[in-house]
Amino acid sequence: MTLPVTNLVEISNLNFGYSSRLVLKGINLTVPKGSLVAIMGLSGCGKTTLLRLIGGQLRAHDGTVTVAGQCLNHMNSKDLYALRRRMGMLFQFGALFTDLSVYNNVAYQMHEHTRLPESVIHDLTLMKLNAVGLRGAQALMPSELSGGMARRVALARATALDPELILYDEPFAGLDPISLGVIGQLIRRLNDASGATSVIVTHDVQESLKIVDYVYFVSEGVIVAQGTPEQIRSSTLPFVHQFIWGEADGPMPFHYPAPKMKDDLDLRSA
Amino acid sequence: MAQNALIRGLQQVGDHALKIVERMGAVMIFLGLILVHSANSFRRFGLTIREVYFAGVQSLIIILVSGLFVGMVLGLQGYETLQNYGSEQSVGILVALSLVRELGPVVAALLFASRAGSAITAEIGLMKATEQLSAMEMMAINPIARVVAPRFWGGVISMPLLAMLFSAMGIVGGFLVAVVLIGVDAGAFWSQMQSAVDFRHDIVNGIIKSLVFGVAISAIATFEGYEAPPTAEGVSGATTRTVVSSSLAILALDLVLTAFMLKGWN
Ligand SMILES: Nc1ncnc2c1ncn2[C@@H]1O[C@H](COP(=O)(O)OP(=O)(O)O)[C@@H](O)[C@H]1O
Ligand SMILES: [Mg+2]
Repeated sequence: MTLPVTNLVEISNLNFGYSSRLVLKGINLTVPKGSLVAIMGLSGCGKTTLLRLIGGQLRAHDGTVTVAGQCLNHMNSKDLYALRRRMGMLFQFGALFTDLSVYNNVAYQMHEHTRLPESVIHDLTLMKLNAVGLRGAQALMPSELSGGMARRVALARATALDPELILYDEPFAGLDPISLGVIGQLIRRLNDASGATSVIVTHDVQESLKIVDYVYFVSEGVIVAQGTPEQIRSSTLPFVHQFIWGEADGPMPFHYPAPKMKDDLDLRSA
Repeated sequence: MAQNALIRGLQQVGDHALKIVERMGAVMIFLGLILVHSANSFRRFGLTIREVYFAGVQSLIIILVSGLFVGMVLGLQGYETLQNYGSEQSVGILVALSLVRELGPVVAALLFASRAGSAITAEIGLMKATEQLSAMEMMAINPIARVVAPRFWGGVISMPLLAMLFSAMGIVGGFLVAVVLIGVDAGAFWSQMQSAVDFRHDIVNGIIKSLVFGVAISAIATFEGYEAPPTAEGVSGATTRTVVSSSLAILALDLVLTAFMLKGWN
């Protein structure tokens, strides 16, 4: 008998590192079905790494990563590919196929994975592009797009097959204020309209607090705070305060671990 | 002291040799991986034809022009030498055999490696660096089956075609120099060539050579691209390695193949 899955993603006691340095330490988090969850933290704190673990591009050796009730740790590539057909991922820099037009980028998975007639693919693709406001750009090549447009095309592509789980890596990075709001609303709408579950990894607090259901804060590989946007906004925890108000001084270090400045610069008292 | 330096030198040579062997092994494993994931390249043959077209078009002009020049030089040198023995009529044989047996497959492969091979490496390397291959994996599409294998087979198929074109152009070049320019009898030129060039021993062996070269170049080029560090320097380094390693591989394989072909396979 199988229990209905209430948490689409479950991570427990996860430790993960590249070579010897531990990047994620003792991570526990859950993403309930249908929700939009944000994982926030400074650049380099391991957010992309966490997303790649959920997508199965990296494997956990210590602790477990479970998606849709299936543990990813030792999954074979056939099962993993089957699971990935239920996922969509927005890469930080879009990762559009540079040799294909906008239209063919969005239609790519329909061409590869379905036997739909071309007329149906055409209509579905234009609907996806319309949802991100870029139906008119269907004939352009990725090199002809601005950063924000490329991100929106990538968004249309990531959701082309209506995935159950959508992973977003820094969807807000490097966008102008208008695109920022538009993308945020789109992510919320895509989540609610198709009943999907979404995980956003971002360092943009203001934008994500507007749209998400739940937030995890990661600092130096550890989850240091979590809660709903209201709880986070009213939090008195110093790192949350520092993060929301963008202060350089606080418990979260702005500097990568380094020797003392005066030793590095070789300053000597004369 | 001197001994130490000698030992260190030897160590470095050994180190290099080991690295080269290790890399050759890695290319072999990658080749196996490509073969395992090749079904798609034939079921959707259009994907492969597209790569034949790209690789072929990229190298076509340079191969045709080089073939013509090499053939003309052969005509000149051949006439010059054969004249001393009063057998300048045989220049057609010399031109055709040199091209079909050796120069066609080898020079076309060297040109193909530096033109199409480097382009394949750069393209796959850039796709990796810009996360296009990761994106494909996340779409449950295997990049080896979808990106690497069609390019590999495209290279393998276009190599013999290009080598044949090279030889054909070379023969035209030899004809132009020997017959049109110098005045060797055209009838003798063609008839001697026809009677001396053996289909099985010369033409088929030439095709076998260029097929083997095509496999080597395509495996090295796709391997270097796929394993390139995902940075600008990483991709440019990989492109250079493709040209250097494939050129060495072509010349070494040519020696081995020629030895077997001259001696007979058994
Ligand atoms: N492939 C890799 N090899 C080694 N270290 C890596 C690799 N990818 C990321 N890292 C390191 O892991 C840490 C977390 O990286 P990442 O997950 O990309 O951070 P974020 O996405 O939060 O900015 C960084 O310190 C980075 O240097
Ligand atoms: Mg990142």
